[in-house]
Amino acid sequence: MNLILVTFIILLAFTSYYFGRKKALVIQSSQRLTALPKFYGYYLAAWCAAPALIIFALWSVFEPSIVKTFILQDYTDQNLTKNELQLIYTKVKALAAGTYTGNITNFLDESANKYIQLKGIANSAKVAIILAILIFSLSFAYRSVQKNDRMREPVEIFLKWVLFVASLGAVLVTIGIVFSLLFEAIRFFQAVKIFDFIFGTHWYPAKTFVRDGQPDPELMKDAFGAVPLFAGTFFIAFIAMCVAIPIGLLSGIYLSEYAGRGIRKYAKPIIEILAGIPTVVYGFFAALTVGPFVKEIGNAMGLEVSAESALAAGAVMGVMIIPFISSLSDDVMTAVPQNLRDGSYAMGATKSETVKKVIFPAALPGIVGSILLAVSRAVGETMIVVMASGLAANLTMNPLESTSTITAQIVVILIGDQQFGDPKTQSAFALGISLFIVTLLLNVIALSVVKKYREKYE
Amino acid sequence: MTSLDPGLPEEEDRQLIQMVSYKYEAEVKDLLLKNPDYLGKIVPIKLTASDDVDQVHKGNYPRDIPEENRRVNDYQLQIYDMLNERGDILSEFNISFFTSPDSREAELAGIASSFMGTVFSILVCLAFSFPVAVLAAIYLEEFAPKNKFTDFIEVNINNLAAVPSIVFGLLGLGVLLAVFNLPRSTPLVGGITLSLMTLPTIIIAARASLKAVPPSIREAALAIGASNMQTTMHHTVPLSMPGTLSGTIIGLAQALGETAPLILIGMVAFVNTIPGTPVDPAASLPVQIYIWSESAERGFVEKVSACIMVLLAFLILMNLAAQIVRHKFEKKWS
Amino acid sequence: MSKIKAENVNVYYGSKQALFDVSIDIAEKEVTALIGPSGCGKSTFLRCLNRMNDVIEICRVEGSIKMDNLELNSRKLDVVRLRENVGMVFQKPNPFPKTIYENVAYGPTIHGIAQSKEEMDQIVETSLKKAALWNEVKDRLDEIGTGLSGGQQQRLCIARAISVSPEVILMDEPCSALDPIATAQIEELIDDLKKEVTIVIVTHSMSQAARVSQKTGFFHLGKLIEFGPTDKIFKNPDNQQTQDYITGRFG
Repeated sequence: MNLILVTFIILLAFTSYYFGRKKALVIQSSQRLTALPKFYGYYLAAWCAAPALIIFALWSVFEPSIVKTFILQDYTDQNLTKNELQLIYTKVKALAAGTYTGNITNFLDESANKYIQLKGIANSAKVAIILAILIFSLSFAYRSVQKNDRMREPVEIFLKWVLFVASLGAVLVTIGIVFSLLFEAIRFFQAVKIFDFIFGTHWYPAKTFVRDGQPDPELMKDAFGAVPLFAGTFFIAFIAMCVAIPIGLLSGIYLSEYAGRGIRKYAKPIIEILAGIPTVVYGFFAALTVGPFVKEIGNAMGLEVSAESALAAGAVMGVMIIPFISSLSDDVMTAVPQNLRDGSYAMGATKSETVKKVIFPAALPGIVGSILLAVSRAVGETMIVVMASGLAANLTMNPLESTSTITAQIVVILIGDQQFGDPKTQSAFALGISLFIVTLLLNVIALSVVKKYREKYE
Repeated sequence: MTSLDPGLPEEEDRQLIQMVSYKYEAEVKDLLLKNPDYLGKIVPIKLTASDDVDQVHKGNYPRDIPEENRRVNDYQLQIYDMLNERGDILSEFNISFFTSPDSREAELAGIASSFMGTVFSILVCLAFSFPVAVLAAIYLEEFAPKNKFTDFIEVNINNLAAVPSIVFGLLGLGVLLAVFNLPRSTPLVGGITLSLMTLPTIIIAARASLKAVPPSIREAALAIGASNMQTTMHHTVPLSMPGTLSGTIIGLAQALGETAPLILIGMVAFVNTIPGTPVDPAASLPVQIYIWSESAERGFVEKVSACIMVLLAFLILMNLAAQIVRHKFEKKWS
Repeated sequence: MSKIKAENVNVYYGSKQALFDVSIDIAEKEVTALIGPSGCGKSTFLRCLNRMNDVIEICRVEGSIKMDNLELNSRKLDVVRLRENVGMVFQKPNPFPKTIYENVAYGPTIHGIAQSKEEMDQIVETSLKKAALWNEVKDRLDEIGTGLSGGQQQRLCIARAISVSPEVILMDEPCSALDPIATAQIEELIDDLKKEVTIVIVTHSMSQAARVSQKTGFFHLGKLIEFGPTDKIFKNPDNQQTQDYITGRFG
């Protein structure tokens, strides 16, 4: 039904385009056109399709909830909870569709009939309204075509609106992120105190699993302490940065100051490809090669090492981040104006003195910005920690023990089937929003530092 | 197999059968259906070895540990050695790795379903992100007035580009699955989730290459009486396309390797059919790597390595394509 | 006969004023040269005549500019129509990175001037002939316009401007990026074109102004200091500043 309606509107729009163009050619014989003939076509087509499709979209969004309100009106006197009402509505819909297999009560049957009836009314109303709108807007548009009004401007204003709406897309994604995270997280914080979450030191969400009824509140209090996860996340990120910063920076300095044109020409694309290797590959490498290797070395030195040590995960993550830091710091240092270098050389400074005393300090804000971006990446990195670090949340500062991170816990909790409404599932969203806030802060600071730096040298 | 030594006791018979993949019944059946005249004759046939025998053959299983710690017992080893000496164990290129879907048995598992899943997800991702991103970039670069709201959109896009991918997975789970009730585990949802991630990447690339089009071109078109929209659509946008396209390919390559958000929207489910449409359940290549690397059997390690090679080959191809597009078609403005 | 009449034009970039009360009468089918030291506002004034200042967001134009009694500095004016009638050639040759043919055909296409392919071919040919480029490019119309030499590119831009048969052509230092031979060709072309169109040319070269123009205006610090027949301006200016500039004491 909907498909037919949309196809009809689109076909009509195409026809009106050709019709508009033809009309323009007719007008041309008697008076000067206000725009190219195709704009007359676009004008009609836009007036044909846009209002009808907008109404159609709005209708499709609001119809289900309106129908639902009508159906559930009959149940208001029964004092049902929200979940029970939802269940009844699902049953009614299934019954109406003929896929319901449970007990059919009279009341339910009645509702299902009402549902079918309402849907029927809604459908015919929708078709009628859309046809009316089509007729109205087309006749309106046709009249201005006849009057030979300006045609290009309205079409261009319409296009501009389309462009504007597209650019709202990015904002919508952010709003979507914030709301989907907040919605579940707020429900989580209704069950678990926010204080217990931020300052609790035990993370055992599996403990709260209860087959029937509510979990024990005492258990809940002690199961969702996120401190070990925060600590683990930053600890592994710290290990990663210990690997990535020195190597990345040195390679960035080499590329921007020492490497010849030939090397740069090949090294840059290769680094770009390195940066594009999926993290799951690094994760596999960490779990299969680096983890056991670290364990073997540790054992040979007489140390107790877990096969899933924070060290292994952190080190591999560091390797992953090297190309990122290297290429960002290379860009930043290349942007340092040549006259600073010339000034230093003119005073007789050597190359390494120039790099140490002039270029590096000048590029420092940009480098700090790129390091912050790298930290944000390390904090948000998921697959390496899921595969190579432990899944139990230990509060430890020993790089040889296993620890877990925010991202790894989100995956562990949400892998497989989720039950919405379960505090364990909701806790993943609470973790998600903490992750979002942390990375957002890092990004905002980093981007503003980098932006200031760029403005300075532009 | 049984013909090696008819009249075997039942226990040994079972152990023999374990040496070939459980697919052997189907393999024999197919052979007979194709060649009905084989019925009643004794013909040599090729069967797929089980992953354990495969590992013995490749020398990955140590043979000097006690029998109870081994996955291949003494009897099976003895048979293996006998067959090996007779030259009856062949290693062939594993074509079925590319044509079969996932399986619980390492020797049968292939990447066909995850490969198709990846292809569908990327196509959906491209279909959603590219048009929106290009239109948004055009608006922001060519038409947007300088005000607080456009600044806000701009900050938003820059930040979105640095949001961890797993957060997009939560968005997909919390909105696409829970609110819009789209089908779980499907490339459709995976592709939309990835497209939200790719969106800012493409917008940033498209804006940069729009900005690189020199103002003199815009002036030339405007001065001859083109409107802003015509100038943009006839000149600026076509000239910016190489940069936009190479940015898009880079963004898609990122999406191709993305794992975490797809796990959250359920693309880790075990799928042993090859999806034919974007709304069939499927895995994707990186998720397949994750699934297999979590499996205990030694045989999967090789599958993971093969899968990684396929994935990396794709990424390198895409990156090369992006760089070729950028260098070959991009105009150098003097 | 007066073609364009500007009265008390003031232009502001943000809070900075770039033109002060400029009033000028530009005569039809003549070449009017605007001279002055760089930053004096002559280009700014030129861009008022086809509303190219609209592109600059912070730019604000006050006063009245009338072309054939049509007010140009009005919100209601159809800028697209105006620019069809007032073409422009820029300082640096800026052909589109498309073929020579497409470069010239673009204007007629967007304004719907040609009804058929033959008509379009005709327009392209006459425009290129008028721009004295036809003989050099007639065999390679499908080559990319940016592959031509600097002088040829600039003549291509002139051909593009005259393809829509404008009444006025504005030239913003059209020869500053060209060598002397190409400059001479362009100047010759300007001399030919003035039979059909009104030309306003901004130039930093006083000898060029003296060679090509009938009237000359001297701008300094955003003000029109002196305006009159070219001969008079160069031989016997009224104003001391003009005298100093002409004789090379500053600028």
